Amino acid sequence: MSSSHNAEQQGDMPPAIDLRKINKSFGPVHANKDVDLVVARGSIHGIIGENGAGKSTLMSILYGFYEADSGEILINGKLAAITSSKDAIYAGIGMVHQHFMLIDTFTVLENVMLGAEQSSSLKESKISARAELARLSVEFGLAVDPDAITGDLAVGLQQRVEILKALYRGAEILILDEPTGVLTPQEVNQLFDILNALRERGVSVMLITHKLQEIMAITDEVTVMRGGTMVATRETAKTTKAELAELMVGRKVLLEVDKSVAQPKEVLLETSNLTIKDDAGVTRLDAVSLKVHAGEILGIAGVSGNGQTELLDVLSGILPVQEGFIVLNGTTIDKKNVLNAKDFRHLSLGHVAEDRHKQGMVTDFSARECAIMGFQDEPEFNGPILMDNKAVTEHCVKLMDEFDVRPANPHLKAANFSGGNQQKLCLAREIERQPKVLLVGQPTRGVDIGAIEFIHQQIVQLRDAGHAVLVVSVELEEVMSLCDRIIVMFEGRIVGEMAASDADAQKLGLLMGNAGSNDQTSTQGASS
Amino acid sequence: MSDFILILLSTLDSTIRVSTPLILCAMAGLFSERSGIVDIGLEGKMLGGAFAAAAIASITGSAWIGLSAAIGVSVCMALLHGFACITHKGNQVVSGLAINILASGLTVTLGIAWFHQGGQTPLLSGDARFYSIDLPGALALADVPVIGAIYSQLISGHNALVYLAFITVPITWWIVYQTRFGLRLRAVGENPQAVDTAGISVFWLRYRAVICAGILCGIAGAYLSTGQNASFVREMSAGKGYIALAALIFGKWRPKAALLACLLFGFLEALTVRLEGVDLPLLGQVPTQLMQALPYILTVVLLAGFIGKAVAPKAIGVPYIKER
Repeated sequence: MSSSHNAEQQGDMPPAIDLRKINKSFGPVHANKDVDLVVARGSIHGIIGENGAGKSTLMSILYGFYEADSGEILINGKLAAITSSKDAIYAGIGMVHQHFMLIDTFTVLENVMLGAEQSSSLKESKISARAELARLSVEFGLAVDPDAITGDLAVGLQQRVEILKALYRGAEILILDEPTGVLTPQEVNQLFDILNALRERGVSVMLITHKLQEIMAITDEVTVMRGGTMVATRETAKTTKAELAELMVGRKVLLEVDKSVAQPKEVLLETSNLTIKDDAGVTRLDAVSLKVHAGEILGIAGVSGNGQTELLDVLSGILPVQEGFIVLNGTTIDKKNVLNAKDFRHLSLGHVAEDRHKQGMVTDFSARECAIMGFQDEPEFNGPILMDNKAVTEHCVKLMDEFDVRPANPHLKAANFSGGNQQKLCLAREIERQPKVLLVGQPTRGVDIGAIEFIHQQIVQLRDAGHAVLVVSVELEEVMSLCDRIIVMFEGRIVGEMAASDADAQKLGLLMGNAGSNDQTSTQGASS
Repeated sequence: MSDFILILLSTLDSTIRVSTPLILCAMAGLFSERSGIVDIGLEGKMLGGAFAAAAIASITGSAWIGLSAAIGVSVCMALLHGFACITHKGNQVVSGLAINILASGLTVTLGIAWFHQGGQTPLLSGDARFYSIDLPGALALADVPVIGAIYSQLISGHNALVYLAFITVPITWWIVYQTRFGLRLRAVGENPQAVDTAGISVFWLRYRAVICAGILCGIAGAYLSTGQNASFVREMSAGKGYIALAALIFGKWRPKAALLACLLFGFLEALTVRLEGVDLPLLGQVPTQLMQALPYILTVVLLAGFIGKAVAPKAIGVPYIKER
């Protein structure tokens, strides 16, 4: 594993991974169709595709989570039967999952050795694991305190533990599933340094992502998936973002948001010293004061979990104001004047929730029912006693038509729509009321590129009509291209504000990670 | 004054007797719940075990064969619970309750069919029971002040299963915190997916946990019918399984703390018996119902967050289903 490979050597060697004609169906859904994939040894291979393109299914097959219906897996040129994660680990495959597979209450050491303990006695296992962990830390430059409680570590460090876990099991092939979603740009750079180090030591890396710039930044080769099939494989150096995007979607797409300069007018939404403490007494929102003007889009950037959720909840009336106040369209809401979410809507506020499955819709309900949620008491949907079903259905048909929701079937269960179409439906429901203030949480989370363009256009149109929009997003590119003004949140506080035209990933990233405080607790000498 | 010490000693002595099944069941629940399987069926498994122990002991005349039968029956019931909620991903509380109802009905029905004594088993005597053991030196030390009294009256003079119950606690602690199995057990109760992706079978791990629970509940059952009493009586578990579960939660799913909780609840029960009909100065008669309810009240207070915080294993009660 420690010997580095060069291009000439690779010529004679079988590829690290060779997938042949992999098929996998879930009921009627054909998630992988005749997928072929070759990953050269000691290379970083990107796999890009929209949500539902079959990337995760393919990786789950490779890691033994699912069994393929048909097809062959060759590891280092040898046919491998992988029916469980155990087989995959034995074959030298390690995986860093999107949601970390770590036990928060365990120490780093315990997490790393779990499932690969050397002895039935924990004491002996720990001694040998500690030595091996120290060796790996030095060899790959992955320093982590082995005795730290995993749940207390920063996300970037937790990811490092995941990588160490795979290496501890002797992985020579490392799969990373959407590894950058929870990281700050600086942490992303550190991750890329680690991946480069792994490549130099002959580890083959597969990077699953939907972010084009990551593919361009680090991979040697890239494979595009669409609709369960492999569409194309390109040498990264010889392709462009635009070409990849087109391959992903199947048509030309606009990567930048097309909009004019904002014309901000009067303040429609203002907060002053908003502070929220959770049940455990932890301050989630710390004296947040901000203003959103008519005719502008204010973006809130930050790594998720830094108070954005609480901000949206308090601004939409889901959480009561504890300290400070909100002025919404001239009405002051504070501790004394408590209003609920419905009252907020009546003050002309629309809210597209961050997590549409939890707050935005009931996935077991039909589209027509989801399309009136929050407005179910409005007279237009109600008869004298019963609901006016006809009006409800017609309303949904209208929204589906205006926002191009597919399939345009108001009776279909919400769960059966793709993420993009669910989001369009939620957005349609809120925008249709022409609220003076619109809150949008993660406008394009789990939304395919084609729909992203449309959603952004709708938000810009609302702005141009003189409404105020507040967008919360963890996607930096989105914040920079969609918004007019950007506020960065860190640990519940506003740590920076700038015009979108002045912003770049570097500046925002430093603020998001609150550059002053360093989460790199130790970079050298992890062994103690 | 010596009267008071005698009363105290005898109350503590009965605390130990009453706590024994609680300790065994609490450790049983600890194995199960630490693996992520809610075990409300402690009660049923113990009752089934109690019946099996008494029935087989009365037929074979051997308490030890009775104990083996109790363990066997209780493990079978644990496997049934596992089959319902590990293999078939059923609701763990419903399955546990079903086990309790099954045990309470089946023991009486079988008891009537086999022994024709209204659901009881014949009185056990001789080798068919576990008798008190005098620990070495108990007689000799009896006259030594304080220590002698404590040793000969409190520590000595219990049956083998009582000592077994107390030994179970350090053994449980050792298994859970010092072995590979324990590490994986704690892991699977927190994040089964992490265990699965680490190449360990979640199902087999959880089955082993419920089997451990079955063994311990079986011992608890045998104690009730062949140690503490001399026959099986219908519903003789009388809610001890639930109290043990409360003690487990009160002890925050940790062996030592759960042991202390069991002793506390056992002491409350012993005190209830002792105080029945006694007029206390100032207080008058303490209602028995209040004393009996105290374990539950204390547990609710704990869960409400007044006494520290009980953090349950994160994945408890959630069946493990691979994604999608």
